[in-house]
Amino acid sequence: MAHDAEELQAGTEVPGGPAHEATFPPFDPNNFAAELIWLAITFGAIYFLMSRIALPRVGSILAARKDKIESDLSAAAKAQDDAAAAAAAHEKTLGAAKSKAQTLGQAAHADAQKQADVRRAALESELNAKLAAAEAQIASTKSAAMANVDAIAAETAQAILQHVTGKPADPAAVSAAIAALKG
Amino acid sequence: MSEAAPVMDPIHQFHIKVLAPLSIGGVDASFTNASLFMVVILAVIAFLMIVGTSGEHIIPNRLQTLAEMAYEFVASMIRQTAGDAGMRFFPFVFSVFMFVFFSNLIGLIPYTFTVTSQIIVTFAFSATIILLVLGYGFYKHGTHFLRLFVPSGVSPLLLPFIVLIEIISFAARPISLSVRLFGNMLAGHITLKIFGAFVVMLAGAGAYALLAPLPFIGIILLTAFELLVAFLQAYVFAILTCVYLNDAIHPGH
Repeated sequence: MAHDAEELQAGTEVPGGPAHEATFPPFDPNNFAAELIWLAITFGAIYFLMSRIALPRVGSILAARKDKIESDLSAAAKAQDDAAAAAAAHEKTLGAAKSKAQTLGQAAHADAQKQADVRRAALESELNAKLAAAEAQIASTKSAAMANVDAIAAETAQAILQHVTGKPADPAAVSAAIAALKG
Repeated sequence: MSEAAPVMDPIHQFHIKVLAPLSIGGVDASFTNASLFMVVILAVIAFLMIVGTSGEHIIPNRLQTLAEMAYEFVASMIRQTAGDAGMRFFPFVFSVFMFVFFSNLIGLIPYTFTVTSQIIVTFAFSATIILLVLGYGFYKHGTHFLRLFVPSGVSPLLLPFIVLIEIISFAARPISLSVRLFGNMLAGHITLKIFGAFVVMLAGAGAYALLAPLPFIGIILLTAFELLVAFLQAYVFAILTCVYLNDAIHPGH
């Protein structure tokens, strides 16, 4: 070491003896040359390895990861857009089907209503006809009955008159009196 | 002193020991314990940053995550202090940060040597940084770089004093940068060593051995604190490097 040179100059020191105890070791200039040389070698090697190999490699790893994340994200965004478009198309189809079903239902309903109306109208007119016939029959029966009532009344009146007066009543006068009563 | 009781000597740990004597052209280039730990730092950084990233996984494993964290930590530090133009110095700042950080960290392991506790090492770093700032500043801006020392909006009367202060503060930078790191490492390790010596002395002093656990607890707390200091000083060293480089990139105040 550097001590050797000074020891040779001094020529009195015992080899291995405490030649530089007075000097604080970190400040001992005898060590400076060796330390600087080895520092230059090792730091130069570190700088060379970092700048040529390690840092470009880490940089490319980070760039590759960034690219991968970005492409994955854009693929995910695209997939999301596709899904949204598919959902919208589905929604549209569903809406069209719904409205079609509604129109079909409405048409069927209207059709059924119409048929029902027609049937009801037919039934009603038939019933009305029957009702009218029945009414007409009732009216004729009634008028016939009323005619019979006149005759019965006249006979009854004649019988009452004959019984009361003791002589046959004039049928014409009775009929006239009944007609006058009725009128 | 250190020969008699190296266990008790807090300075002993900073001694440079020659492991393999070597001389290049008459200049001492011996392989010492400091050189050994510089090589260890080189090996650890190379292992983390090159072996750790060799898989180039999209989904990183633990070692690669660590390497990426270091990369992004230093990259964001430079972007925040010196802008995107500062990224030209990214490999340099990254190397400085990693060297200082692992030097501080490895030095906390018992029986190791702390490279950054040698003033010549920290001064070599700070001198390199300041020379880089000066060189890049003059290369990029020519004499306009001198405007760094002339703040705008100062009255002409005060200007000579301001310029003088700016020049002195610039000249003090390499000293403050190197002494800050060196002093923190040196003081931390001496404190740990002294507390360790207390434990040994108390344990061998009869009834006082009952007190020996107290400095031991102190060592545990101090080691945790020194771990923080190890990271913090590397961070401070790197961020000041960025700030000084920012002056070279954008000299106007």
